[in-house]
Amino acid sequence: MAGPPSNFQHVYRVAGLFAVGLAAFIVVRWALVPADFGVYGFYRAGALADARAIPVKYGGQAACLDCHSEVEESRKGVRHEKIRCEACHGPLAGHAAGSDDTKPQALNPRLLCLQCHTQLQGKPSVLPQIVPADHGGDGPCTECHKPHRPTIQGNRP
Amino acid sequence: MDQDRRAFLTDTGRFIVLTGAAALAWDYGVAGQATSPPDYDAHAHWWGMLIDIDKCIGCGNCVRACKAENDVLNEPGCFRTWVERYQVDPLDLEHPTVDSPNGAYDGFTEIDRPGGGVKVFFVPKMCNHCAHSPCVQVCPVGATFESPDGVVLVDKDRCLGCRYCVQACPYGCRYIDPRTHTADKCTLCYHRITKGLTTACCEACPTGARQLVDLKNPKDPVHEFIRTHKIHVLKPQLATGAKLYYNALDGSVR
Repeated sequence: MAGPPSNFQHVYRVAGLFAVGLAAFIVVRWALVPADFGVYGFYRAGALADARAIPVKYGGQAACLDCHSEVEESRKGVRHEKIRCEACHGPLAGHAAGSDDTKPQALNPRLLCLQCHTQLQGKPSVLPQIVPADHGGDGPCTECHKPHRPTIQGNRP
Repeated sequence: MDQDRRAFLTDTGRFIVLTGAAALAWDYGVAGQATSPPDYDAHAHWWGMLIDIDKCIGCGNCVRACKAENDVLNEPGCFRTWVERYQVDPLDLEHPTVDSPNGAYDGFTEIDRPGGGVKVFFVPKMCNHCAHSPCVQVCPVGATFESPDGVVLVDKDRCLGCRYCVQACPYGCRYIDPRTHTADKCTLCYHRITKGLTTACCEACPTGARQLVDLKNPKDPVHEFIRTHKIHVLKPQLATGAKLYYNALDGSVR
């Protein structure tokens, strides 16, 4: 056999173990951490793109007025002027994009109007409010009030 | 002695240069490159929201719109936004009565004891999109983060569902989605605001009580409003950097 073992053998062994451990760490990290992790901060940069990829359901006022500009005209100067179309008509981005899957639904005026106009403590006094049992019977509100021009006065020619 | 100093300086120099090179290699090689969409520059925006308490009528349209837009389950606890009704004795601000039936999904019904010197108002709530979010700080896996444009988002692919963030949020704005068992929260409609649209809740609000604001755009009229009015955020003592700005907020609101 050769002479006595080297004085540095124990150092080489520890260094070897350390190298193996480091290699294992690098491999495991490479496998578990996505490639784009840490570009902007301690998160996956691709998560931003994922968050943007969700389909839009409310098309937005501009999309509505592209085709229905006459409604914008008819609402000028009335109290409902600034309410956006989809606040009442519901999410219609599909309809705006020309899809037949999303059709504008017939609205229930009794339910819809009362969501805002039922008398309730805490509502500002400038908001016209009614007690449903005392006002207008059971008929639809639209018999007297046109939603796009809600004052009764406004409906007269 | 002289030789030792030279050796020391050489080794130190090598160490600094080599670790610097490793850091550079990490940035450009290992960590990958950012994929920024061509039509939207996240660094040009800083999003927040303004809520005008005086304008809120408690109709719940925002809650319904949020659930429809973001496919949020209509189950107890699953709310990205909700509306609270405060009944406050003006002389006892510390003990308000607060209710929010099903998050105001169906609005509110009249209070049984009318009058009585109690003031009543509605407070819409949602994620405050804090600039220094407690929820982000506790996430152990980097599944939630503040985006470069100031929106706190959840990466559902990485979330473990450990619920640390649900407990950390001082505003109670997070919940666990029962379908995926991951944390979920308001995204400030990130898929909409990055396309030039406003959020679904703002779109549906009939009185303009909620308005999206870009705090990096000084010409934004809502930004102007915040600059020229007395504005409050919730729990400012926690220094979360909340960006949900309230106008006419009562001191009793927690």
